[in-house]
Amino acid sequence: MNIFKHEFKSYLKSVGIWSVSIFLIILIYLSVFSSISTDIETLNEMMASFPEELLIAFGMTEMDLSSILGMYGLVFLFCQICLAIQASNYGFSLVSIEERELTADFLLAKPVRRGEILTAKLLAAIASLTITNLMVWVSSFLVIGMLNDGLPSETKPLIMLLLSIVLFQMFFLAVGMLISLLMKRVRSVTPLSMALAFGMYVLSAFGGMLGDDTLEVISPFKHFEPNYIIKNAAYDTPLVLISVVTILIAIPASYLLYSKRNIHTAV
Amino acid sequence: MSIIEVNNLTKYYGKARGIVDVSFNVEEGEIFGFIGPNGAGKSTTIRLFCSLIYPSSGEAKIFGKDCIKYGPEIRQDIGYLPSEVFYYEGMKVLELLKYSASFYKKDCTERIYELSDLMELDLKRRIDDLSYGNKKKVGIVQGLLHEPKLLFLDEPTSGLDPLMQQKFFNLIKEENKRGATVFFSSHILGVVQKMCSRVAIIKEGSIVDIQDIQTLQRENYKKIHVVAEGIDEKVFDIPGVIKLEKENGAVNFFYKGDINLITKLISEKKISDVTIEAPTLEEIFIHYYE
Repeated sequence: MNIFKHEFKSYLKSVGIWSVSIFLIILIYLSVFSSISTDIETLNEMMASFPEELLIAFGMTEMDLSSILGMYGLVFLFCQICLAIQASNYGFSLVSIEERELTADFLLAKPVRRGEILTAKLLAAIASLTITNLMVWVSSFLVIGMLNDGLPSETKPLIMLLLSIVLFQMFFLAVGMLISLLMKRVRSVTPLSMALAFGMYVLSAFGGMLGDDTLEVISPFKHFEPNYIIKNAAYDTPLVLISVVTILIAIPASYLLYSKRNIHTAV
Repeated sequence: MSIIEVNNLTKYYGKARGIVDVSFNVEEGEIFGFIGPNGAGKSTTIRLFCSLIYPSSGEAKIFGKDCIKYGPEIRQDIGYLPSEVFYYEGMKVLELLKYSASFYKKDCTERIYELSDLMELDLKRRIDDLSYGNKKKVGIVQGLLHEPKLLFLDEPTSGLDPLMQQKFFNLIKEENKRGATVFFSSHILGVVQKMCSRVAIIKEGSIVDIQDIQTLQRENYKKIHVVAEGIDEKVFDIPGVIKLEKENGAVNFFYKGDINLITKLISEKKISDVTIEAPTLEEIFIHYYE
């Protein structure tokens, strides 16, 4: 419990920043879209003027911009990118931060099992991600309600979309953690988490563009594609299962690697 | 009972050598010195004891228990002061010490204040703002606050001024009197000489010698310094004398053997001064370093 408390405290500032950023993204983009959507004609003209590849890349071809939920789908994609970076950050630094800042010699020489340490750290990261997740819920309902004069009659797609965040975050957290433990030394976290988050995004986006769907199936951006969920008010179950299985493999594998890990000194 | 039992402990980092086939015992209540040049494997050995790293082969037992299998249990009674101390940035000294204390089953609050007082450590400051020496003090308090039965000190004096070093030595001696066994690693022989009862010398990953400091100094060479006008150093060239040198009208050499032979030789000359002393560890062990 002491490790959890210590870790959780260290996340608070970061959670605050991410939550506020995501709130602003939802507020600003949705306001802009809803103000231009009053003039559907101009909007369609604008969309038509974009190259088709671009529209595919941003998943905008099947977008229904005539409804607030349709627009929310695009905004949610931006949220997903933020959530992916945040969760990857936490995943990559979960264990590696101790080795980089030499605090591992402090923590691991204490009378605790490595498994306990990892559990406490993992739970602290999950708790922090969950707070961010809840902030996405609150921001989404707030902004949609505000712009739409009350929630749309059909809220199921919206709720399905928001429910997908948990697995989406867990994917990046678990995969980030596993990769960091496979590496001998993680010198800097940001480039890695950017690479993982944007890499997965690009796989999903360009997979759609090239019509090549072999690689995109490993990307959670594909597993939880907002347009699909909004249009069908359902998940693409086989794809979601890929995320679930990845998480279920990455977490036990991380425990195994961490329990056998040699903690290097900085020099 | 041996507090530490090391049997053929070997650690390779990939192909790089850590330590090779290291065996020794440390008895209860000892202050055991562990000396060797940089990169000899001192930290590797201590970090193996704390299961920060795992051995390639061999084993180490602490309190009679395997240090990996029973690691968490053993570490309840171990205090570890790493050679490089860095702690969670943004934390205040007291916060860190309380966090450290929260891992042990006893209430350490009183001891935190006692130790910080003794080491003149300001509990309210942020650790990031501390100098290297002050960070080291945080490390010392952190390692001692739970009154451990076994202390691992990895280069504990670097960064401390002489006055603090003295306080630290006294503190360690007190802990030792209380019953704590101390494993003291350093590359500064003088420090080890002052503190330890026995010493192991490690070089390039292997133990080259384990000796009792007193016997070592008693049964080893004497360092002799004779000042006399126009003396011929050759008169002292008898079996047992090494490193015979003449310098500014004084003769210096090391001698091992019947001390009466050498005092007789000296008394036959007209000399103005003579010193006979035990050599420092440096002088005894310098050949291990070469």
